[in-house]
Amino acid sequence: MDALTVKVAGVEFRNPFLLASGIWGESGASLHRAYVAGAGGVVTKSIGREPRTGYPNPTIERLDDWGLLNAMGLPNPGIKNYAEEVRFALSKGVKVVGSVFGGTPEEFALLSVEMEKLGVGSIELNLSCPHAKGYGSEIGADPELLSEVVRAVKKAVKVPVWAKLTPNTSDPALLAAAAESAGADAISAINTVRALAIDPVGMRPVLYHGLGGLSGPAIKPIGLAFIWQAYEKVRIPLVGIGGITTPEDAFEYLLAGATLLEVGTAVADSGGTVFHTLADGLREILKERGFGNVAEAVGAAHRK
Amino acid sequence: MRTTVTIEEVVRETPSTVTLRFRYAPTALPGQFVMIWLPGDDEVPMSLSYVEPEPLKGVTVKVMGATSRHFNQLEKGVRVGIRGPYGNHFDLTPSNILLVAGGSGAAVLAPAAEAAHRRGSKVSVALGATTANEILFRDRFARFAEEVFLSTDDGTEGRKGFVTNLLPEILSSRKFDAVWSCGPEVMMVKTLRASEEHGVPFFGSLERQMKCAINLCDACAFGPYHVCTEGPVFDGKTLASVEDFGTFKRDASGQRVRA
Ligand SMILES: Cc1cc2nc3c(=O)[nH]c(=O)nc-3n(C[C@H](O)[C@H](O)[C@H](O)COP(=O)(O)OP(=O)(O)OC[C@H]3O[C@@H](n4cnc5c(N)ncnc54)[C@H](O)[C@@H]3O)c2cc1C
Ligand SMILES: Cc1cc2nc3c(=O)[nH]c(=O)nc-3n(C[C@H](O)[C@H](O)[C@H](O)COP(=O)(O)O)c2cc1C
Ligand code: FES
Repeated sequence: MDALTVKVAGVEFRNPFLLASGIWGESGASLHRAYVAGAGGVVTKSIGREPRTGYPNPTIERLDDWGLLNAMGLPNPGIKNYAEEVRFALSKGVKVVGSVFGGTPEEFALLSVEMEKLGVGSIELNLSCPHAKGYGSEIGADPELLSEVVRAVKKAVKVPVWAKLTPNTSDPALLAAAAESAGADAISAINTVRALAIDPVGMRPVLYHGLGGLSGPAIKPIGLAFIWQAYEKVRIPLVGIGGITTPEDAFEYLLAGATLLEVGTAVADSGGTVFHTLADGLREILKERGFGNVAEAVGAAHRK
Repeated sequence: MRTTVTIEEVVRETPSTVTLRFRYAPTALPGQFVMIWLPGDDEVPMSLSYVEPEPLKGVTVKVMGATSRHFNQLEKGVRVGIRGPYGNHFDLTPSNILLVAGGSGAAVLAPAAEAAHRRGSKVSVALGATTANEILFRDRFARFAEEVFLSTDDGTEGRKGFVTNLLPEILSSRKFDAVWSCGPEVMMVKTLRASEEHGVPFFGSLERQMKCAINLCDACAFGPYHVCTEGPVFDGKTLASVEDFGTFKRDASGQRVRA
């Protein structure tokens, strides 16, 4: 097995770098493109039952090279219309993780079943979007609700289920433990960190929605802390997300306890070339530091 | 990075179109666009119709819906948010260029044509509009163009009908090494076809839904391309290779809908 190959809940990825949800995920052609660019797999945009336009612009605010704010508002064409995009990506051999969001456990389960029918290899539950009323972190920050959703989905599908968690909580380990005991096969973290940008000239928030979510290099330490705390608490694999831009960032996430990684904001600046840079760089680092493969490095910082 | 500019000049171009001029330092190339934000309303992509920092940069906005109407009512002194420029630009090296513009399409073609002319290229223009007083930048083109061909849907000026009806004659009687086009997509599809028939390389500026404009959100997905970053200017081969060209767009939800 190649040093970068990773298996999570029985599903194999050729390298640990997946395209994060909401980035390049509107079209099957873009998902395919990320895979061709070297991603180990791709996570779809978070899909709901009905088409949703999301918020009007401004939906993003770039903060130099250290961060990015967004409040897209979960735009998506609805699961029926999105089916052709997933089918296209799968037909090209892309490893697809289907991301879904709902307002109730039943809705999550129904959408997960639809995703499974389309043929995705794993499902990621968006329990963590910080800026959509009635969805995301409004459900996922409550361990009870989160457990109900995970349980309902686990009952409904056979493919592995990942719970994507929010950093906007005082106790990450508690959420991770709730997801694990409800039967989640993996935990992805983090989604964006609640944040705000104000326009000092207009004296109002920049984003149409007001509050948004911060991503990019600024949130790497927050993501690392989440993975670190979750690793100490649960035994299921962790998918590290947040600010991964360089191979060193990726290595640090492995050391903190992540098995797989997702890359979001960094894709924008690189136009996708980041996947090759990350994979080549991580391969070098692992060799240099005496690790035979990704799995050996996972959680190594906890053993020091 | 976003910044704020003050509208320093408002030019009424046609009953439905206005040019807003402002001071904005970042270097821009003809073909590129900016994201312009009217606080409290919306933020939309607009091609730069004036790209040089001196005297002023500008955008030219045609009324299509609520936001563009709002832009058309702005007065001197109003402050708007702006970021960019984004996207690619026209290659200015062809020596004999035919522009084919409809609607607000002349907005992006005019600065490109001026820049090519300054480098020594010859430029001819086919301009289409719904009616005579909606013809955009007629005087601006007349200052440097070899010829300006006009058409209006209602026949109030130039040839009656679509601007593409002029093309067989223009392309057969003169030699061009590039066709640049911007306007309604059906017009661009027909213009591409005519250019191919006459063996002239085609470049078109495309419009799609835009949210991030920085190659992230996929709102502007066009086949495997992102219009915000790899466009808005595409060559004819690329356009023809994407099934959606002239037929499908994505709406704000990402759903593919008939254009
Ligand atoms: C890269 C790029 C550059 C652009 N440059 C310019 C420019 O220089 N000048 C300019 O005026 N606009 C330009 N646009 C279009 C502009 O961003 C808006 O889409 C347009 O102003 C309509 O916005 P609205 O909210 O007022 O109308 P909406 O409410 O979005 O639309 C109102 C109605 O008009 C239709 N419609 C919208 N846009 C078009 C279109 N282009 N052709 C045909 N029907 C349409 C819609 O389907 C709808 O029925 C550009 C777009 C892109 C992507
Ligand atoms: C524009 C944008 C859209 C996003 N959309 C989603 C989404 O639909 N579902 C989701 O679970 N996460 C979404 N996210 C969060 C990312 O998947 C990721 O968790 C976050 O951006 C942190 O990673 P990064 O720093 O590498 O970008 C989005 C992020 C951005 C920037
Ligand atoms: S507008 Fe977001 S990727 Fe182009």
